[in-house]
Parts: sequence; C-alpha cells; structure tokens
Amino acid sequence: MAERVFHKSILRNEDPQILAGKAQYLDDIEIPGMLYAAFKRSDYAHARLKSIDVSEAKALPGVIGVYTAEDFGDLVKPGPLQVPPPTAIKGATYASRTIMPIVKDKVRYSGEPVAVVIAESRYIAEDACDFIYPEFEPLDAVIDLEKALQPGAPLVHEDLPSNEAAHVIQERGNYPEAAANADIVIKKKIYMDRVAAVALENRGIVVNWDDKAQMMTIWCGTQSPITLRNATATRMGLFENQVRVITPFTGGGFGPKINTSMPDDVLLTELAVRLNRPIKWYEDRRENFLATTSERDQVHYAEIALTKEGKILGFKDVFYHNSGAYDSYMMTVPLNTQTHTVSNYNIPSFYTEIFMVFTNEMVVTPVRGAGRPQGVFVMERMIDAAARELKMDVAEIRRINLIQPDAYPVSTGIIGQDFVEGVLDSGDYPTALAKVMEMIDYKKFREEIQPKARAEGRHLGIGICTFTEGTGVGPYEGAKITVGGNGKVSVATGVATQGQAHYTSFAQIAAEQLGVEVKDVKVITGDTGAFAWGAGTFASRGATVAGTAIHLAAVKVKNKALKLASQILETPESELELVGGFVQVADLPDKKISLGDLASKANPMRGTFPPGAEPGLEAVAYYGPPYGATGAGCMAMILDVDAETMKPKIERLVMVHDCGIPINPMVVEGQVHGGVQMGIGNAFFEKVFYDETGQLLTASFMDYLFPQATDMPPKMELGHTEIPSPLNPLGIKGVGEAGAIPTPAVFTQALEDALFDTGVEIMESNLSPSKVYTYVQKAKGA
Amino acid sequence: MKPAPFEYYAPKTVEEALQNLTDLGYSGKVLAGGQSLIPAMNFRMARPSALVDLNTVAELAYIRPTADGGIAIGTMTRDSVVEYDPIVKQRMPIVAETIGYIAHAQIRARGTFGGAIAHADPAAQLPALSLALNAKLLVKRKGGERWVTAEEFIVGPFMTVLEPEDLLVEVVLPPLAPRTAGSYKQVSRQRGGYAQAATISMVGLDDRDRVKDVRCVLFSVGETPILSKYAAKVLVGNEPTEAAIADVAAYVAKNECDPGSDLHGTAEYRRQLVQVLVRRSLTEAVLRAKK
Amino acid sequence: MTQLVKINVTVNGVSYEREVEPRLLLSDFIRHDLKLTGTHVGCEHGLCGACTILFDGESVRSCIMFAVMADRHTIETVESLGTPDHLHPLQEAFMEKHALQCGFCTPGFLMTLVDYLGDNKNPTDEEIREAIDGNFCRCTGYENIVEAVRLAAKKMAAHS
Repeated sequence: MAERVFHKSILRNEDPQILAGKAQYLDDIEIPGMLYAAFKRSDYAHARLKSIDVSEAKALPGVIGVYTAEDFGDLVKPGPLQVPPPTAIKGATYASRTIMPIVKDKVRYSGEPVAVVIAESRYIAEDACDFIYPEFEPLDAVIDLEKALQPGAPLVHEDLPSNEAAHVIQERGNYPEAAANADIVIKKKIYMDRVAAVALENRGIVVNWDDKAQMMTIWCGTQSPITLRNATATRMGLFENQVRVITPFTGGGFGPKINTSMPDDVLLTELAVRLNRPIKWYEDRRENFLATTSERDQVHYAEIALTKEGKILGFKDVFYHNSGAYDSYMMTVPLNTQTHTVSNYNIPSFYTEIFMVFTNEMVVTPVRGAGRPQGVFVMERMIDAAARELKMDVAEIRRINLIQPDAYPVSTGIIGQDFVEGVLDSGDYPTALAKVMEMIDYKKFREEIQPKARAEGRHLGIGICTFTEGTGVGPYEGAKITVGGNGKVSVATGVATQGQAHYTSFAQIAAEQLGVEVKDVKVITGDTGAFAWGAGTFASRGATVAGTAIHLAAVKVKNKALKLASQILETPESELELVGGFVQVADLPDKKISLGDLASKANPMRGTFPPGAEPGLEAVAYYGPPYGATGAGCMAMILDVDAETMKPKIERLVMVHDCGIPINPMVVEGQVHGGVQMGIGNAFFEKVFYDETGQLLTASFMDYLFPQATDMPPKMELGHTEIPSPLNPLGIKGVGEAGAIPTPAVFTQALEDALFDTGVEIMESNLSPSKVYTYVQKAKGA
Repeated sequence: MKPAPFEYYAPKTVEEALQNLTDLGYSGKVLAGGQSLIPAMNFRMARPSALVDLNTVAELAYIRPTADGGIAIGTMTRDSVVEYDPIVKQRMPIVAETIGYIAHAQIRARGTFGGAIAHADPAAQLPALSLALNAKLLVKRKGGERWVTAEEFIVGPFMTVLEPEDLLVEVVLPPLAPRTAGSYKQVSRQRGGYAQAATISMVGLDDRDRVKDVRCVLFSVGETPILSKYAAKVLVGNEPTEAAIADVAAYVAKNECDPGSDLHGTAEYRRQLVQVLVRRSLTEAVLRAKK
Repeated sequence: MTQLVKINVTVNGVSYEREVEPRLLLSDFIRHDLKLTGTHVGCEHGLCGACTILFDGESVRSCIMFAVMADRHTIETVESLGTPDHLHPLQEAFMEKHALQCGFCTPGFLMTLVDYLGDNKNPTDEEIREAIDGNFCRCTGYENIVEAVRLAAKKMAAHS
C-alpha cells in the first residue's frame, strides 16, 4: 500500500525556491525593451475634470508618451461587471455603475487616474506625473453613508436618482411577531470601518505583445487569471487563446487582486499593442492604499428579541454598506454579511435589509473576511448586549442558542453570494464552544483568575464568540493532470496562488491517488496556457473546489493507468495498485511498470489507436458544488488592559476551528494564524480614514497601522474539530478567512469585560486606545 | 515612490562639506543617516535640489568620553553605535534606554545621533534627550564655529537655528551629577512607532533624598520638546513624594503641553497620557537615583 | 545632463563597478541593476522590512538608502544564504516550521535574523518578537516565524 499523503502535514514543495530568493515575483520580470508606467491620480475625490495639460510631461527626456481619456477613444467606458447582480433575490433592486479605466469628465474617488505616463524608467515616469496639470472643479464629496441617501445629497453618479446602489431585503419567519412575543427587545447602532488588504506585494502587471505571433502575454499577480484573459481578449477583439495570463509567485492576495478590468490592465494592454513594447507597472505602496480596493465600512441598526431565559426569538438588521465610487463587484460583500449574521444560531425570525451606497471613496470589494466579520460582529455584540441586560454569562447565552449537531443540513432561507439559498452542510458548534471554554479554562478564569486580578486593580477581561465561514462556493473549477514520460505528475488548474501552499496541498491530493511522492507532483496554478477554465481564488474556495476537481482528475488518470497496465501486465485491474511511481501487482510487487513508461505507451507514435480511447496518462475533470461548504469555529481571548493608557495586551487567544478534513493541517493552522493577524488589525490597529472631502488620510504605513509581531498574542492556541463536508468526496471545507472573522467581535467583548468597572459599551471596531478612552470618559459621565 | 533628481556631493572631510554647504546655500541639504529624509523624498514631500552626503566624512563618526565625565558624540555616529557603547551605557544609561525606542534596529543601524537632532522632528527621541541632558551642540560653518545649547537649538517643528551653510558636528552630553538617574516613558500605538506622548525625566537627589535637580522633558505633545519649568519649581529642594509627583504630572498635562488631535488620538487622550507618563517616569527616575 | 556617479560595491562577495544616478534607491540597484531579485520592495518608506539587507554586516532597509551610499561598502542579500538544495540553517528552520506562506516578506526576515542571531544566540520568545518587529508579514501572523527563529537558534548553535 502506498503511504497516505492526504490529511498530513507535509513540508511545502515551494519553500526552497522562495527561501533562496529564487522565486520569481512580478517586479522581478524584465524583458528587453521594456517600458514603465505611472499614473497621474486625482487629488480630489469628487470633481469635474475641466482640462488637462500634459505638454510639459511629454517633453521630458525618456518619456515615451502621456495619455489621457481622449487618447483612448472608445476604450473609455464602464468596464464589465465582475460579479452578476442579485437577480435571484426577489424584490432586489440595483444600479450597476462599473469602474472607468480613466477619468473622462468626472472624478469619483481620490486616486482615480487622469493620465498614464509611459517612460524608459519608473523614475522618469514619476517625474513626468509632476509635470501634468489637470484643472478640476471640485464638488461636494459623498462620504457619510446615511447622509448619502438623503434627498439633496450630491450624486456620485448623476444619471441615477440617488446614491443608492442596491436595496435588498431578505427574511425568514416573522420578526414583528417575534418582537411582540419577546420578553425583551434590544436595539443598537453598530459600526465596522474600512480596512485595507495590504498584501506585502503590491499589485502590478507586465504586458508583452508579440506582433509577429499576434500573441499577448500578461504576467499579473491576479487571483483570477482566466477572468483577466477573457476580459482582455473580448475587449481587444482577440481570441482567448491569443492572450496568455501567467501569475508568477504572488506576494499575498487577500481579495483585492481578484479585480480585473481595472485602469491598469485596460490601459496598459492597449498601450503595449500600440507601442509594440513590453510595459511594466508595479504599484507602489501609496498607490496601493489610494487605488486598490478595500472593504468593511458598514453601519448597522440591529434589534434582537429574546425570552427572559435568553432564547433568541428574532433578529432584525437594517444596514448601510459602502460600495465606494463604483460597484463592479456588485453585492458579494453585503450578501455575505446577511448570510453570516445569524447563521450559527437557532433564530426562527430574521429580517435583514441592505442599503448599498455609492460614495466618493475607493471601490469596495472583498478583503479576507468579505462581509462575514461585519455580520458576526453585529450578531455577537448584540448577544453581549442581551447578556448584559439579562445578567447572563456570555458563554451560556451562546450555548443555549447554538444550532445542534443533529440538525444538518440546515436551510437558512437567506440567499448568499452564490445566489442560492444558504444551507449549512455540516458542523458541530456546541463542541467547538465547549472545547474553547475548556482550553482557555473559562470557569477558572471567571471564578478565580479574574476576581483575583480585579481585587489587585488589574483589568483583565475575556471574550468568547462563535462564527461560521461560508466557503467553497461555485460555480466550478477544473484541473488537468498529466503523467510525464519522466514518471512525474503535472497538475494544472485555473485558480491562482498567492501563498496558500497550493503547490503542496494540490500535489498531496494528486499524489494520494497516483502513488507518487508529493515532491514529484508539479502544480501549475494561474497559467491560462496550461489550463484555461475556472473562476479564480476567492471565498476560501481553492482547496474545496479546485482541490476536488484535482481529486476527480487524479482518479480518472489512475483508472486510465490501471486499465493500460492491466493489458500490459496481463493482470486484472482489481489486483493492481499504484505505489512509488509504479503500477504493480499487489501480491507480486516485482511485476510492475513505471508510470513514466505507461505514459509513453499511452501515446503511441505508430500503429493503431482504439476507437474512443484518449491518448496520454492525462485527464481533465471539473467540479461545481450545489452550494458552499460551511466552516465554523469559536474563539476566546483574554485581554489585560492598562486602564490609564487604555493599551491592551492580548494574554491568551484560543480558537477551535472546523474546516472539514484538512488536506495539510500545518497549512490550515498557518491560514488561521494569518487571518487572526488581520482580525487583530481590524479590531484595534487598522483603519482606512477618509476625511469629509474624501481625502485618504492613511496612505502610508506611518498612518495605516499594520499589526507587528509584538501586537500579537504570545501564542495562538488552536484546536480543531474535523466534521467532513458531505458535499465533496474529500470532505473539505475552506479556511482562508476563518481567523479574520470572529476576532474583532471577541476583542471588543474582552475589552468591555476588562473595563467592566466603567460600564462602557463599545459598538464599533477599528478601535484605538484613544477611542476607548473617549468611550470610557463618556460612560463615566466625564 | 521614487525620489526626484538631485545633485550629489560626497565630501571626504568636514572642511569640504562646509565648502559644499556654503557653495550651495539654500539649494543644499545635508544627508546624514537618511532614515527620515529619504522616505520623505520617496514620497516627493521633500525634493532637495542638492544633497551633501556626510556618510563619506569619516571624521564625523566617534564617541569620545570627556575628562569631566561627559560624552562627546560626532554627528554621524549611528544610533546603534551609541546604543551599544559601553562607556555611554555606564555614564548615562538613559541614552541607550531612549535610543531603544527609536523605530527598529534596522533604522537605528543607519540613523545618526546628530542627524536626528538637526532634523528636529517634534516626535523624535533624540532632540528631547539632548534637552533632558542639557546637551551642548557644536555648530560649524566655513571659517567659524559656535556652541549652542539644546534649549536654544530647536526653534520649532523641524526648525533649528542652523543656517544653510551650518553643520552640526558634535553633541556634548555634560556629566551627570552623583545620584542622578533618568527614566524614559512613552505610549505609541505600536512598538517602534511614533510616540503619542513621551517623557524623559532626569532626577538628581541630594544625600537626604531631596530633589537637587530635575529635568522633565515631554515630547510629541507640542511643536518642540518641552522642558517642564513647573517640575523644577516645585520639586527642587523637596522630597519627591507620591503626592508631589502627582501634582507635577497633573499640572504639566494641563498647562505645559499642547498636544493636537490626530488620526490616532485626541488631544484629551494625549494629555491624559502626559499625566500618566510624567508620573511614571519621575517615579522611576527617583527610584533609580536612590540606588 | 543627468549626473552619474561611479560606485564600487561588493555584494555577496562579488565586486561590482557601476555608474548610477544619485537618486537610484539601493533596493532598485540591487534588484534591477545587479538582477538580485531576492530582495523585495514592499513600501519604499522604510517600514515593512521586505527590502532588508546586510550593509557592512548590519541589517538595514535598502529602500531608504541611495545606491551611491553603498560605494566602497559590503552588502549581503538573501542570495548569500543558501541555495534551494543547500539551505542555510535559518532557511531550513523557516521551511520546517512553515514560517512562510506567500514568501514575499521572507528575505527581509531572513536578513534581519542572520544579523540578530549572530549577536543573540539564545533569545526568548519576547526577544524574538522584538527582533522581528520591524518586518511585516500578512500571511503567518508571525506565530510560526517565532517558532522558526527558536529552532534556527538551536540549529545555528549546533553548526557553530
């Protein structure tokens, strides 16, 4: 029997190359004759562009060209929708106003490009930007989400009657009735502000047009190479196979790199053809803050209706979601908020209403968490408000409301980002809660540690929250697996990799079936020349959807190998096995043939070929789930707060998580760790600030605080439950966003608990010591 | 984020550097460690037309213990060199303690002692330290030199008495009196980040544990580092009791600083920090002085 | 006319003579002039640490130095450590503890740590966190990096 490699912590195939500094990232690509791009960006968030003078810039030595909207003709029109509108939801209304490649008449966010410079170096291109003189007529900016919808507000898109980008109501049960029957109804206003994804590698693109071959090659750290290829080909009147998109090693994605048909890829593909020279644009950090999408900003008006025993009868949530200046990504984020607000609790009545709003801020598209942290924050904060009112223990009130393990599948009645009604496929939420309470010694903390600390004047607080993570949504992914004449295995899939260990975890899935070593499986992700079908890396779906497709393709190849070997070895297939790169007879291991030899024989060069056969040890398979697999978990945190400076220290952080059967547990833990870092940032360090004129005040790491090693807990104590998903043969659920989802809620809860003596209640995230101080002063009536 | 072009001068001696500065006048700027200047140039917030690079002037990097027990530090001495210098550590432990709060080790390996003082960032540690230690600064220009006290040197945010042709060449930290000790306290959003408020307190005690001398400096809460007059007025000659220190902390926070509100903190919050930090640093300095 | 300055820099033991514009950042010089692309650029204002190199043996940020400042100095980049087939013990530790994901920040961490571990043979967890505080990582939450440094300290002690 072959050694099992699935569900095992195997060291990563990609590491030696990365560690030695030999991995090629985007900005490492140099092509002879290459030119460099820089964008002149608007300083205003909302303004009419009256004129633009580029003559001085054009005259600079080393400048090849300076281009404005008028140079691009018909190209200057709204780009395609990245995500379909929510037509599956009854009564939903929406207005799609998609991203413009360059400003023609009106600027809608600070940082929107008004000109692009192509020069012999990035240095010169930036010099030229200083000599471009746009003339603007400033307009009042739309910033506040609620004011934006009031009559008379300035309009981001003047052809629309208001700044409402979409309106969606979803409900189950009957909330007014639930509220009427409740012993207690609590209402709160809750905020979560904007964060940036801050992948360490910025965005970028290299475009090379080969005029003789009539072929375009694009290197781009995109999460969605196939979308980029298709959009580029369609726009330029090329066949899809005339455009090849290659994703080199990519320094993190976390959401924003999913976007295509952005100003950079639209304009630079055009200019590369026009100039017949390769062009590179590697975004700098300032641009990354200004002009790469970000997410979170929502304002919620929530209501919770309960019995006096703490049983939740109903939940109502009316919220405003900031879409930014355009809504090319439609409603993925706010729909995720709707589906994640009540998903893990038994709540008979739920009413949720979205107002999606256009503003003069950067476009909002998913950032790790993607609407889920907001939903969980709202729900968990409301439960805490209820616990306070009912004088109940925060863990107990959660325990009595959780969905029970025998209830699955659970239909939620709420349609999500994949446009099908939510179904929780599997899970065990009470066990996760119990396990976390045990790991953090909840009882001892409450009964001994905390009272003792309080007696000593220390402010020690605990938070404990539960959450779900909808993952692995459709539509589909595919994979092609080929055994080479060298006996090694190649796996190509359409998703792209930004550090998720696909080169290893996908290899494990294939190796498990084909009996080869994991290091002998070469995984190609994100090269449309190698595999040209699929949707991309988002929504924690790579492992689940592409992983399953790889499994299915590997099974096909295995069957093909067995069939062929059976003929050659004159042994029935049922007596053969794949071990160590060979197909061998189980009882006579010396009677064998190598996969490499089989692969060669599967591609005969002379002779005959049976009808219906397919050459090569190669197979393609596709997989699309009926609906997403739902991961879940529970997190607890102990905070020690300096009540004079309001500086918190995370003493402990415990999390129990379920992502079904982990392909590689080491990688899963790593994913959770990274998510928690973002969650801690979201809770207490990171915040994208726009002022009332729409100016971005956080365009550097001096102002945008990125959590450092000393901001993290001394250890992230992780536990796992493994409840296999019944939706796919490997039992996988996604995990990419888990760590980011509950952390702001847990942190805020622990902070309140630490400062219990002040009576403070905090209904917002993205906090700072100063903000906490202000809350406390208010609570004290100072 | 690439800097705009500039002319580059790499003098080998102080004399050459002074000549460059004289020739260039207002168009010249000194490049010391570059750890503040180059980021500003990358953002194109600073765009000097010429840089005089002192990194090539070997004679400006030294630490020289003075005969009276003080320390003279050449302007181009790297922060990390000062931080780990055994004599500095022995004579004035507050110096290493303070430098430890400057950004991160990689920055301290390049940042220079004199460069930071001449940059006069109101949120920076070394201008405040030079004030707390009552440093004397040697300023040279072609054909002349003068001594300036730390108190006189900084005249506003990022503004000093230096004229374009002037060069800060040496910082002299006078000896500490017996039974004198310091304490550094700051609150920043993150370790290595800008202080939202910070204090350096130097306290000297007499043999009956009464305060003989106190220099309590606040920074990042006003346009320049601030030397508290009140602390000296009420503490000198008296026992530094908990109540006396609390009184100083409250007074200083209310009357002697002028923090603004920014993205990371309100003025009220930063005043609160001043009160807490002044109390904590004075208390610790007294304790250390008694040892 | 653009001023060009002749510089002589030793990088990873190789001496290079080049003419550069004074404003050329050292990070760009290393990456684009010398084609040593293991050093990465993440912020160009000295905060993220991805561009960390050794300059005369000390870890510094190459994005906030000019190439001209490296004249007659010695530089080591990540390429000086180990090869994919023969990793440095620090690199091995990063691999064994899964201390990298996207890997973009990794060279900066490695160059910070070769310097640090050279001076600090047996750091505590808290000291390790302080040592890597000037290097940003978005993928790992730093958890496994701390583990890797602990392991690397042991490995390096055994090697020396």
